[in-house]
Amino acid sequence: MKVHEYQAKVILAKYNVKVPRGEVAYTKEEARDIAKQLGGLVVVKAQIHAGGRGKGGGVKLAKSPEETEDIADKMLGSRLVTHQTGPEGRIVKRVLVEEGLRIKNEYYLGIVIDRAASKPVFMASRAGGMEIEKVAEETPELILKEHIESSPGLTPFQARKLAFGMGLPPLLVNQACGFLMALYKAFEATDASLAEINPFLLTEDEKFYALDAKLNFDDNALYRHPDIKELRDLDEEEPLEIEASKHGLNYIKLEGNVGCMVNGAGLAMATMDIIKLAGGSPANFLDVGGGANAEQVKNAFTIILSDPNVKAVLINIFGGIMRCDIVAQGVVEAAKAIQLKVPVVVRLEGTNVERGQEILRTSGLRLTVAKGMKDAAEKVVTLAKESKDRKTKG
Amino acid sequence: MSILVDKNIRLIVQGITGREGTFHTLQAKAYGTNVVGGVTPGKGGSVHEGIPVFNTVLEARQKTGANASVIFVPPPFAADAIMEAADAGIELVVCITEGIPTFDMIKAYHYLSTRKTRLIGPNCPGIISPGKCKIGIMPGSIHREGRVGVISRSGTLTYEAVGQLSSRGIGQSTCIGIGGDPIIGTNFVDALRLFNEDTETAAVVMIGEIGGNAEEVAAEYIQKNLRKPVVGFIAGQTAPPGRRMGHAGAIISGGKGTAADKMKAMTEAGLHVVKSPAEIGEAIAAVLK
Repeated sequence: MKVHEYQAKVILAKYNVKVPRGEVAYTKEEARDIAKQLGGLVVVKAQIHAGGRGKGGGVKLAKSPEETEDIADKMLGSRLVTHQTGPEGRIVKRVLVEEGLRIKNEYYLGIVIDRAASKPVFMASRAGGMEIEKVAEETPELILKEHIESSPGLTPFQARKLAFGMGLPPLLVNQACGFLMALYKAFEATDASLAEINPFLLTEDEKFYALDAKLNFDDNALYRHPDIKELRDLDEEEPLEIEASKHGLNYIKLEGNVGCMVNGAGLAMATMDIIKLAGGSPANFLDVGGGANAEQVKNAFTIILSDPNVKAVLINIFGGIMRCDIVAQGVVEAAKAIQLKVPVVVRLEGTNVERGQEILRTSGLRLTVAKGMKDAAEKVVTLAKESKDRKTKG
Repeated sequence: MSILVDKNIRLIVQGITGREGTFHTLQAKAYGTNVVGGVTPGKGGSVHEGIPVFNTVLEARQKTGANASVIFVPPPFAADAIMEAADAGIELVVCITEGIPTFDMIKAYHYLSTRKTRLIGPNCPGIISPGKCKIGIMPGSIHREGRVGVISRSGTLTYEAVGQLSSRGIGQSTCIGIGGDPIIGTNFVDALRLFNEDTETAAVVMIGEIGGNAEEVAAEYIQKNLRKPVVGFIAGQTAPPGRRMGHAGAIISGGKGTAADKMKAMTEAGLHVVKSPAEIGEAIAAVLK
């Protein structure tokens, strides 16, 4: 799960990670009042779940409460486009108003899970304020790494290695180590999957701050962090994906016109791939889960068909232990209940497959039975094309 | 032959009295797996579906001589169940549970690193040596005995590949689902090493997916060490970056972990990489000729 920068900073501050003073504003008036309280130069930062905000015009300096109000007015409700949002951008609904700090130097700190090593890795670099992917590509030697054992966690000597390695002034190493230790503590205590401080700022009066902060959390661990779970911002998510998650369906909207309903994540991805190979384009990823009963199939149909781009649907169920006749009955019931209007290709495999196919064929619905994934993909792509052509002509 | 599991397995089921645990215990028994006991804390001393239940894994092992365990315990308690099995000296632990917090798994992974226990999974379908032993949730009926080893990060996609093999009359030595999570006990290289040493395995199917770099590492291992042909497929060629595709580990982040990169590394390492999931069976048939 992702959270906004201001929320990440509130969480980090609880673990004694030093962040600039500031507060979130939903209106221009709130922004002005916060600027007034902070006094002096402030920074107004658009809060969206995407990076690259500075370049996209989502971070601005203001010299007075009036200018803050003016900037917030323009920012709130505007569409911010960055290299991470895609061309459609994101609507800004909140801004963070923060004290302006005098920059002496910018560094980088990040913690992620290193899957190959099966442990967290703490990264630090003197090349702060830039895209870390770029640094990793062009000057990988500037990124220092320390792997962290689950016990004892990040140790002071590891923090010192990183701090000296970044080239910090020796007199400031102790202060920086305190910051790093606090950051790791926050990462572990909140079950984060990513923590990124970029830039990790050294001010002219020689204090370290998290000038920007990005935290992602492990979805599987949210049950033990109800306070973090509450920070989920539904405005940042696709409405259909929210609806799907309510039904326990794993759905991701894509750009194409062939709706997909599959059991299992790997098979769902492979189904998208084979649609593409057949010359079509998948409209979504959807894993109906192991059950695939009539209720779940109905829910999945409703979600898939809420996307107006969908011209045909491919159902690919590898039944296995689940009996195909039961799955087929579920598909027929669901198709009747939602008054299906687009062509549907069904591919079933597993126990009682012939009986299942018979149920589909004799249902009187627009269900095409396919044999194997290749046949299914070719059939559904053809149907999607025909359906689209008809619409264009009609 | 086969790897890791055969007729000598004496299996206990952790979480045997739950719905999933009960269902799959009966399926395993029907397949011929020797299920000797179950563990559900608080229900020790009872008998469930004709199988004795114990309070702890240690007691279950001492009383039944179990050498393998399968875990159907809910996510918040699953990592502890893995460590309990390791502490009791169980040699092979298969964890089916999906949704275990990453930090729990990191602890369990390192707990196991100083012990002899091998973990398969979590978030996996399990392992089967057709005709001998089934530990997990895969449908036994689609498999047949033979000489192809299958390793996969996915569940139903593995069944798809196995279905393609069996329908061509090509049997499997062992099929192992290593799991869709970022932290897993047995990785591609571990499984490849075992298949390489298994005299009865003639070829291997390796099914990867987007996220991480396990396939790249495996490709390098294959190039250096494997004496058997390997057919590879990567799911998620059309997956958008930054989105988690169902499995906790299936995500392209920071431009890393794409299907294209993996397929390139695998092709360069000499694997027979198929673009379409429908071509896995055909490709194996071709390399076996």
